[in-house]
Amino acid sequence: MADIALPVSAVETAARREARIAWLLASPAIVLMLVFIVLPTIAVIVLGFTDFELGYGSFRFVGLENYADLISDRTFRRSLWNTTVYTAIVTPISIVLGLGIALLIESEPRGRNFFRTVYFLPVASLLVAMATVWQYLFHPSIGPLNTFLALFGIAGPNWLGASSTVLYGLSIIGIWQSVGFNMVLFMAGLTAIPRELYSAAEVDGAQSAIDRFRLVTWPMLGPTTLFVTTISVINSVKVFETVKTLTEGGPNKASEMLLFTIYQEGFVYLKVGYASAMTVVFLAILVVLMILQYRFLDRQVHYT
Amino acid sequence: MTQPLTLGRVFRLALLSLGALIFLAPYIFMISTAGKDQSEIFSASLSLIPQHFAYMANFTKALTRVSMPNLLLNGVIVCGLILVLQVVVAVPCAYAMAKLKFGAARILMAAVMLGLLVPIHAAALPLYVAFDKLALLNSYTALVAPFSISVFGIFLFLQFFRAMPDDLIHAARLDGMSEAGIVARVIVPNAWPAVTAFAIFSVVAHWNDLFWPLIVVTNQSYATPPLGVLFFLAAEAGDDYGALMAATLIITLPLVIAFLLAQKRFVEGITMTGLKG
Repeated sequence: MADIALPVSAVETAARREARIAWLLASPAIVLMLVFIVLPTIAVIVLGFTDFELGYGSFRFVGLENYADLISDRTFRRSLWNTTVYTAIVTPISIVLGLGIALLIESEPRGRNFFRTVYFLPVASLLVAMATVWQYLFHPSIGPLNTFLALFGIAGPNWLGASSTVLYGLSIIGIWQSVGFNMVLFMAGLTAIPRELYSAAEVDGAQSAIDRFRLVTWPMLGPTTLFVTTISVINSVKVFETVKTLTEGGPNKASEMLLFTIYQEGFVYLKVGYASAMTVVFLAILVVLMILQYRFLDRQVHYT
Repeated sequence: MTQPLTLGRVFRLALLSLGALIFLAPYIFMISTAGKDQSEIFSASLSLIPQHFAYMANFTKALTRVSMPNLLLNGVIVCGLILVLQVVVAVPCAYAMAKLKFGAARILMAAVMLGLLVPIHAAALPLYVAFDKLALLNSYTALVAPFSISVFGIFLFLQFFRAMPDDLIHAARLDGMSEAGIVARVIVPNAWPAVTAFAIFSVVAHWNDLFWPLIVVTNQSYATPPLGVLFFLAAEAGDDYGALMAATLIITLPLVIAFLLAQKRFVEGITMTGLKG
């Protein structure tokens, strides 16, 4: 009996020892996760139900008052709308350009590294610094862009200074900054497509490049495209650097965007409770986007 | 593999080159304008070569208005500390989750997946209040601490460690190595591609981050590069684009040089971290 019991308990001790070591190795991560992710997220949800303002000693729970205020807050509504427009411009264009450039580079043996480097360069550049270059490029009177347009007799707009064009100006910068990232992801997706599929498609009568794209490349790129789309949307929703550096939400709130509005309310006006409610809306948007991605992913046919 | 130069290829090359020119335009104008004096900038000419080279004057202005060495040093300190902490915290945790059996592994996995969803922007308000109460605003601690945990790092390392053969670890155990020793001397050296990929991802993200430094730092001596650009813009007020472009050039250069030197690693790193799905 003892002969049988001994190895069992030895195995048990070993398992317990392993679990103890695992806890030990994971504990710094667990503690930090609690302190910097879990607790703040819970706190932001709770604060969203209060009228907490930094600098005032006391605060009280106000229920859904903040959310009711948000619905009628014109700045916040403007901000949501602008973020939607910005995302609706930047995401599709940067995906199509990223895919187009990836296809062109893949089909062209010459200069592959050079082009990849050039298009990727904005991803590796300090966006806040490059935004000031764009400010100069967009300058209404001395900016190279309008000087160039004037050569053709076109009077360029006051890109970042007029409420009718400021979103387009910021979108151009956003596209310029994100195309390289999408391109690199698409290039990785393209190299993963087995060559035989193309020859097979050709045998089946797909003669033109467009047919081959429609029948092989596009369906095979499905998972990549979905991922690039999600990440592009999320990154667009998170636009902040260019807004803060170049427009401060102006002129006339024409470039108010979600994160900038949260920053302004929470960290400039110190209305923490109200800004927390905005943050919860922001988080909800991210959660919905992720759920949509998983939904799509579930329905997707995996070819590989 | 030399193909004949067909009409299609010429068209493709032309298209790619035109696009490349547009993408490079900001850099070209940045370098050009950094060498122009005020009067030439205001003449709004499209000529790229400055008439009288004002590089010296503009760079002197850029270097004296805001302390550039201090900004860059802060950037290096903050990014370096963040990276070291993230790796030191995430690697053991990912190892435990991938190769050791313990009860919390599944809950931890769920926490990691949820954590991936929560950006710093969501946690920023409570963290700001806490740092304010602790009188920790304007410090390296405030800049670094919230990023010491990277759930994305855990996720990335976890994927990588799972693919590692168990024999490697068993062999090390038979040699009498402790689990901590295994992490340091077996896992990390073998996970080097994942560590470099993560390092590039982390440094690019935090070198560029404006949101959090903007919130916790008002004192110029703790400013990171993006914050420095804002201070420079505020100090400049006018349209001294020559000096501004010179400052931009200095501040953009370190990461761009790093990218040009290690492009393959950069692109690999971004693709690897990008295709986390």
